[in-house]
Amino acid sequence: MSADHNPARRRLLKGGTAAAALMLSGCDRLSETDWFRQMLASVEGLNLRIQRALGRGHELAAEYTAADLSPVFKVNGNDDAEDDAYQRTSENQFADWKLEVGGLVERPLQLSLADLRALPSRTQITRHDCVEGWSCIGKWTGARLAPILEQARLKPEARYIVFHCADTMPSWKGPQPYYESIDLDDAFHEQTILAYDMNDQPLPIAHGAPIRLRAERHLGYKQAKFVMKLEAVTSFKNIGDGNGSYWADQGYSWYAGI
Amino acid sequence: MSAAPETETAVAAPSRPARRTIIVRHPLVIRITHWVNVLGLSVMLMSGLQIFNAHPALDWGNISTFEHPFLSMTAMMGADGKPVGVTTVFGHSFNTTGVLGLSTSEGRPTARGFPDWATIPSYQDLATGRVWHFFFAWVLVLNGLVYLFYALASRHVWRDLIPSGAQLRHIGRDILDHARFRFPKGEAAKHYNVLQKLAYLGVIFVVLPLIVLAGLCLSPQVGADYPWLVALFGGRQSARTIHFLCATALVLFVLVHVFMVLVSGVWNNLRSMITGRYVIEGEAHER
Repeated sequence: MSADHNPARRRLLKGGTAAAALMLSGCDRLSETDWFRQMLASVEGLNLRIQRALGRGHELAAEYTAADLSPVFKVNGNDDAEDDAYQRTSENQFADWKLEVGGLVERPLQLSLADLRALPSRTQITRHDCVEGWSCIGKWTGARLAPILEQARLKPEARYIVFHCADTMPSWKGPQPYYESIDLDDAFHEQTILAYDMNDQPLPIAHGAPIRLRAERHLGYKQAKFVMKLEAVTSFKNIGDGNGSYWADQGYSWYAGI
Repeated sequence: MSAAPETETAVAAPSRPARRTIIVRHPLVIRITHWVNVLGLSVMLMSGLQIFNAHPALDWGNISTFEHPFLSMTAMMGADGKPVGVTTVFGHSFNTTGVLGLSTSEGRPTARGFPDWATIPSYQDLATGRVWHFFFAWVLVLNGLVYLFYALASRHVWRDLIPSGAQLRHIGRDILDHARFRFPKGEAAKHYNVLQKLAYLGVIFVVLPLIVLAGLCLSPQVGADYPWLVALFGGRQSARTIHFLCATALVLFVLVHVFMVLVSGVWNNLRSMITGRYVIEGEAHER
């Protein structure tokens, strides 16, 4: 290596470091620029369509055996709901709790926990994948959502089922009610249940008593806890900030299959 | 580069210049896909570290063992009441304050796996890291398909990447030459050497496909579509670990690659990847 190449190499390295620093601060600025963020997020619909198309015909999430259960199922998000009405019904073991099924349905329903337990149910041992990266395996028993929606008779214009929850989450605007939504493909999926039992026990409050949604082909944030009300809608534009869920309003993708 | 050695031969034949030929080393498609890779892999690595920071631990199997992952980066209180960053690998803990587990971010010591200069965005923001990651995943996959189509159709794979039997037989000599920073000149410099070929083939046909498949296994929808694929990786947490290890392998490859570019004629190499032109220096006293 001859000496005359060293200054050039040094200049190059220096230039490279400066360019890297510039790229870093540039990435932060781009992250906060509306058009750029929309461009990045624009692949969400593509991911949904491609993944659904590839999965057609064999679309049940993997189910496990009792031997695979996580010794401790991590509690994430809220471990209780502060709402007064929720606290009262929780103290009462949810004896007076009623799930409201409304919105674009022919027959709005009010279902008690006993009503739900009497409906067609499903038990599944599935893997819960948190968006943070960890996984836990739990056993869930609950009422299948499809027969409930058939009973309530969706109006033809219904496209999504919105889950309104009793808990609130922080946001830059102050506390926001937790909500989630799924499309009809998920709503009528065989493994989509309103779980009232977890690991053969009544669903603990920390995991969303009296019921939590299990939509098994999605990440953990889709599995809404403390569900109080189902609402069939054509669009979720007028709920929350209009992105379809509390987490989608915080910048996460509405489609939680990835 | 071709400074004449101060020997008798230099005196004996002073006026004979080194033979210099210019070849087109890299075709346009390779040059474009190379630089898209530079951008795409950088963004994937740094947004990936952002995502990793949301749960800076690695496990094997399907589920997470929150108590004993085989790798973790945490912040804890030191004996002197000051926070320290601790990285634990297979039960052995190391103080990694300032880099892993605990580092300064926005002026404050912050508990985070990788430091802010290594992540996109620099501050902790999983949602934003994810949109970067999933967008550039498509950029890289499409770029990779263009490359692959070209490399197969133009026979680049067979012509330039698959080592010949003779090259493989002399791999020992090649390793020694590399260790002494002695690089081929003349005719031999027109082709990739055997270590280069094996490294490129390994990255293109082993590490990159593996990192894509392991990444797909992290998606619960893909897990539902192809449970056998997740099982093949040993479970979702194993797939996450393999995804991380493949990224580590790519980082090591890039470090060696950039180092080799720097020591084997940086401007010549860079020019050949920008304009395509590469200068072959003939040996000054051939034949």
